[in-house]
Amino acid sequence: MQSVGRPTQPQAVSATPDTLTGARGLLQDEVLIFELGGWDKTGVDLAEPELDASDLGDLVRVEPIGLPGLSEPETLRHYVRLSQKNHAIDLALYPLGSCTMKHNPRLNEKMARLAGFADIHPLQPQSTVQGAIELMDELSHWLKTLTGMPAVALSPKAGAHGELCGLLAIRAAHVARGDARKRVLVPTSAHGTNPATAAFVGYLVEEIAQTDDGRVDLGDLEAKLGPDVAAIMVTNPNTCGLFERDVIEIARLTHSAGAYFYCDGANFNAIVGRVRPADLGVDAMHINLHKTFSTPHGGGGPGAGPVVLSEALAPYAPAPWIVHGEDGYSLDEAPAGAFGRMCAFHGQMGMFVRALAYMKSHGTDGLRQVAEDAVLNANYIKARLSPVMSAAFTGPCMHEALFTDAWLEGTGVTTLDFAKAMIDEGFHPMTMYFPLVVHGAMLIEPTETESRNELDRFCDAVLKLASAARSGDADRFKGAPFHAPLRRLDETRAARKPVLKCPPPG
Amino acid sequence: MRYLPLTTADRTDMLAVIGAASVDDLFVDVPAAARRTGLVSLPAHEGELEVERDMMALAAKNRAAGAGPFFCGAGAYRHHVPASVDHIIQRSEFLTSYTPYQPEIAQGTLQYLFEFQTQVAALTGMEVANASMYDGSTAAAEAVMMATRVTRRSKAVLSGGVHPHYAGTIDTMASVAGVEVVAQDPAVDNEAGVIAAIDADTACVVVQTPNVFGTATDVTAIAAAAQAAGALLIVVVTETVSLGLLKSPGAMGADIVVAEGQSIGNGLNFGGPYVGLFATREKYMRQMPGRLCGETVDAEGRRGFVLTLSTREQHIRRDKATSNICTNSGLCALAFTIHMSLLGEKGLRQLAALNHSKARQLAAALGAVPGVEILTPRFFNEFAIRLPVAAAPVVEALAGQGVIAGVPFSRLAGGMDNVLLVAATETTTTSDIETFARMLNGVLA
Repeated sequence: MQSVGRPTQPQAVSATPDTLTGARGLLQDEVLIFELGGWDKTGVDLAEPELDASDLGDLVRVEPIGLPGLSEPETLRHYVRLSQKNHAIDLALYPLGSCTMKHNPRLNEKMARLAGFADIHPLQPQSTVQGAIELMDELSHWLKTLTGMPAVALSPKAGAHGELCGLLAIRAAHVARGDARKRVLVPTSAHGTNPATAAFVGYLVEEIAQTDDGRVDLGDLEAKLGPDVAAIMVTNPNTCGLFERDVIEIARLTHSAGAYFYCDGANFNAIVGRVRPADLGVDAMHINLHKTFSTPHGGGGPGAGPVVLSEALAPYAPAPWIVHGEDGYSLDEAPAGAFGRMCAFHGQMGMFVRALAYMKSHGTDGLRQVAEDAVLNANYIKARLSPVMSAAFTGPCMHEALFTDAWLEGTGVTTLDFAKAMIDEGFHPMTMYFPLVVHGAMLIEPTETESRNELDRFCDAVLKLASAARSGDADRFKGAPFHAPLRRLDETRAARKPVLKCPPPG
Repeated sequence: MRYLPLTTADRTDMLAVIGAASVDDLFVDVPAAARRTGLVSLPAHEGELEVERDMMALAAKNRAAGAGPFFCGAGAYRHHVPASVDHIIQRSEFLTSYTPYQPEIAQGTLQYLFEFQTQVAALTGMEVANASMYDGSTAAAEAVMMATRVTRRSKAVLSGGVHPHYAGTIDTMASVAGVEVVAQDPAVDNEAGVIAAIDADTACVVVQTPNVFGTATDVTAIAAAAQAAGALLIVVVTETVSLGLLKSPGAMGADIVVAEGQSIGNGLNFGGPYVGLFATREKYMRQMPGRLCGETVDAEGRRGFVLTLSTREQHIRRDKATSNICTNSGLCALAFTIHMSLLGEKGLRQLAALNHSKARQLAAALGAVPGVEILTPRFFNEFAIRLPVAAAPVVEALAGQGVIAGVPFSRLAGGMDNVLLVAATETTTTSDIETFARMLNGVLA
């Protein structure tokens, strides 16, 4: 019978054979460009130079460099194939606690690519970049108003860089009054960057204990505060997803010991528009524009970490300072009092454009709604999962819900196994084993940009997995993921004998 | 609100599931004194159209580099970026993914980071490279910190050719880490001047080539002098395209190479985001800051990539970490990798040769203007000129005539008011050069 062109129907098969090429359907087994590219191939057409390099003598590079090239179609195919091996916010809920994986509006991308922002040089005459400096000034105004703080340093390039900036300002303030101090207090639940930053700035790091309800232990704080404490670094809302109820008292105790209150603002998304850090007694706080203000995470950056500063710290803010005078806007590269500079130029302009476009889109009303929906979504997940999973703390959470692994006891399934099984169900795992203060932590942050439908899809999947774990189906978890581009990877092997690059062509 | 999917009905239903009467009940832990009931005093939300209008009005107040003759360099360079680069980095799977902590569903990111590390190692002539830093200046400061860990010494000697913003960034970080910075005075061509400053306490010598005045230097003798004294040589490169024409720092004996990678794949963006390159010798691998991507296999023996040696990093080691860096510059590194793959060795060499050729043409044209002196003896794509008058007002005057003439050295540091830094790239046309020379002649006349 002639079957060409007729509708077909799947036939029953008994086994799933491995593919012969290593591909998985549309998912290609893609090699490295070093195994693919040609040594004499290029994907660009450039003019011929008119003059040679004879003036450079033996400074000229003669030996092969080792860089393969690809034509444009091959390049597209290579990187598009790679892209398909990634999970992304645009594919499904991305519940990484403490990371605020919210939707990245494409209007922001479009605005950042306007030639008037993307194609301007950091050192061209300031008379020719008045709009750029004005934009920085406007972004500053939004950040200062939302936090209630009088000053902001825009140049830090990420959250950890902002922490560094804040501690440098604090150090400068102490030094200015002839009172150099030695210690920084950090709660046990802090992000790893906090103690790393404090140590980097030369401070001794001391931990503050946590209470049973997941907050800073005031008694322990008071006992550890003293005349050699430069600052405390407290995340609020904290990494357990809880608001520090006693934050105003924490600030009072800190200030009365002559120390400053550095707030890690990684979780500002939970309170934007509803709480101003200035009203809590904060002296310095970084704001991750790539969290609260929607600039893309981009597979690990670039981010931006502007730092808002109190009256006491503002005089030490790093260069450059924005000046708005009669002749328009300018950048002061050597302001008196500045503790120095965080980097070359003025910070992550591309991120400033995106963040301001986002703020204007939401407005003051929308930003408040952002915080409310972020907190509502997290509490909804907490309410739906708590009957089965063990919530770490009672009472409402802020923007993220923290669970322990107590509910997995006796199942043979670990937090890690559970996370890997989530991959098979189409979701990125939650943050695992952080914060360190609860056992087998699972930290879920949905953000405000998830619909009720997606939240339910996520909760349904987690609950199905939970009942599989509890019904003795441990194999589903131990070997997971089964349906991802790769199975579980051997991280120990990678660290034992590190291979950090493709060997040179031989 | 277009970015918020919940409806009023959703919110009501969800509060019922939670068992809360209102959303305010969820904020009960906020001290009463800090609860804001009204709206913060800022403008209300805007539609996409209105936001676009606001932002375009701001953008229109800036003079884009591509709008006319343009000669700024000094650490940021205007190059042509192929259209496919920006297309690929905007794919959702790259743009909207997080740091690849779950390698099974992040092989796209991990594989390009592995390719990036390989490209950076090849370009710099070094054995290993990391998965990027924020930018060249912060990478330079991190390199100094790393050298103090490796050598257990606490002095850094900086040549007078190091970009003043880089020197300032190093100085800021070093000051708190107890590292003494001995910075030589700005000099057009005196990298070897650092040799006399090396002593038994020196952890590292920092030189830049091409330096901030554009001077390219063979640093082999400096490397030997540093290493003979037990110090490391850190080589800074602010124009990565130069590595397509000039001898690699690795071949000249560098111990650590840091570079600004913006020139490959990334636009000017008024100074950021950029991408820092960081490469070193294999024996110092465990003292490197930042993320590293390594090769391994999965449970079925298939090749894959993971973040590795994370016991150096803040999320594991906390206050004992080699650096506090967490987020780096992933998407800019991707742009770099794609552009470099398009160029390949052949394209990179031609691009570099073309840049050099344009700069030679520019030097010939400007050198013929009465009163202008070319200061830089050997250059790649930028050089310094001395004018008979202060450079800043001349640049302002030329900007008024549509020519962005370069960076007066006085923008970066004091002391050389008449010095102007000028750069040419493949984007510079013969007509741009002629216009610049003619107008400079007019302003100086």
